[in-house]
Amino acid sequence: MSRLVVASIGPASSVQDGGRFGAQRYGLTVSGAMDRLSLAAANTLVGNEPFAAAVEIGPFGASFTARDGAVRIAISGAPRNADIAGTPVAMDTSVTLKDGETLTLGFARGGAFTYLAIEGGIKGELVFGSLAVNARAGLGSPYPRPLQAGDEFSVDAASGTPERRIELPKPATGPIRVLLGPQDDEFDEANKALFLNSEWKISATSDRMGYRLEGPAIKHLHGHNIVSDGTVNGSIQVPGNGAPIALMMDRGTSGGYPKIATVITADVGRLAQTSAGTAFRFKAVSMAEAQDEARKFARLIRSLPDRLRSSDTVALNIAALSDANVAGYAVSAVDAGTWQVTAEP
Amino acid sequence: MAATLPPPRLLPSGDSAVTVEFSRTIDEDANQRVLALDKALAASPIDGITETVPTYRSLLVHYDPEKIGFDALGEKILPIATRPLPPVTKARRWRIPVAYGGEHGIDLEDVAKALNTTPDDIIARHAGGDYKVAMIGFTPGWSYLSGLDKSLHMSRRQNPRLLTPAGTISIGGIQAGIQCLAAPSGWHLLGRTPVRTYQLHRNPTFLTEPGDRVTFFAIDHKTFADLDRAAEAGEIVAEQVDA
Repeated sequence: MSRLVVASIGPASSVQDGGRFGAQRYGLTVSGAMDRLSLAAANTLVGNEPFAAAVEIGPFGASFTARDGAVRIAISGAPRNADIAGTPVAMDTSVTLKDGETLTLGFARGGAFTYLAIEGGIKGELVFGSLAVNARAGLGSPYPRPLQAGDEFSVDAASGTPERRIELPKPATGPIRVLLGPQDDEFDEANKALFLNSEWKISATSDRMGYRLEGPAIKHLHGHNIVSDGTVNGSIQVPGNGAPIALMMDRGTSGGYPKIATVITADVGRLAQTSAGTAFRFKAVSMAEAQDEARKFARLIRSLPDRLRSSDTVALNIAALSDANVAGYAVSAVDAGTWQVTAEP
Repeated sequence: MAATLPPPRLLPSGDSAVTVEFSRTIDEDANQRVLALDKALAASPIDGITETVPTYRSLLVHYDPEKIGFDALGEKILPIATRPLPPVTKARRWRIPVAYGGEHGIDLEDVAKALNTTPDDIIARHAGGDYKVAMIGFTPGWSYLSGLDKSLHMSRRQNPRLLTPAGTISIGGIQAGIQCLAAPSGWHLLGRTPVRTYQLHRNPTFLTEPGDRVTFFAIDHKTFADLDRAAEAGEIVAEQVDA
């Protein structure tokens, strides 16, 4: 056995996997990776099941050191500068840390979450089939809380498998697609249009529970108190102040505000990777299109092993290097518990 | 054969879940139909359904769109959801101890004042109620109860509290609640129970199920402390009786 030690890490970083299903009826939410495609890509690179547990790294930097042997890892998700002792490591590739070597990751350059998968996976105690951290419920393993410097994982010694890169489809751009409902009839046509035709930004006070959206106030037809009913990942509820909240993986399992729309499965990860302050729009699609996209998304996840390539052709990540001169970042002063950062002008 | 019941509304909750809505308001009949549909789907599962979440007035049905589409699922759910309700079966009943007032129920005196009566009278009315677990939601084990005495219906606090203690027994609107974990809440806090409706390494992890009956009884703060220690060690400390 080797160990992977967290040498340094920012807030909003935790162990996440595909999520914890089956106990939403008891109020236990699903948690799991905010960007499932990137989790699956990182895991596939090191030969793990797509939704095995990995380290979800928030927008700040982090570093990890191999101890007692070599450790094979891979990173995917929000792009950032990465190096081992000054030698750059590309996103979407696997790499092996020799005993004593440290992988250093910079701030996310766009997006928020990067996934670090470890060959053989993270060892821990499953609760309802999952290691995912749900800090509010005190669940998650090996640490039932966000990660801190000094934490460590017992991991398999690196297998010596040749390193790989993975060819992912070009990230989709364009509006975040939604299905209207379940309570779109709590809004009149003008307010539905206002929701669909406006530019939105994600507030700095967002977290894994929900993304608060900044834009025009959406008015309800009959007031904002409905009788609580069930929520899903991507439910967009509109509280009394008219500022919508997209519910994310640590959402309450039920909620008492009208839900105007629901982000389609294929786009929840894209919304999760939208940086605070970046303008975006929503677009309503039909049920047929949404379900077609959900099926395509599931097929894409299954196809990931076919997208592995030998990694010796990978040279330096020039784009990463040229982008490295990022402006300063500032943490939200509103709430120290939130993770979003905003680029300073 | 009895006539079928009016069909629920099938509301899309994204591409992988459907809200089967029996009523827009809190309604005992609707809640019975929610729980009956939930039971029926558990007894004869429809291929593609991954998880169901009962609430006051609707059943949220999660499904896998690779296995079944929205329309096909709706066609399978509707005949089950419009079946006449089965006869009421015996429900489990929990007797839940509560330390009312003082530090454990910081709103008891204010609630009494607002309703022009004494704290003891509020305790009697709250503990004298016969409740049903209508749904569990928001945070693990938070049991939403129907059956609150009409004289105790009052609107929620203007300013919700950002944190209320684990085990809080509270009322809000026409609802009563048993809260397990510390959480934000806009309800009025009448007391605390040592009972954990959710405890990770205990069997069962979750004590209450939607449909269970609940009554409360008052305990003093010393008893609370004793039972709290026992509960922490994994004892259930609620009394189970057959209704």
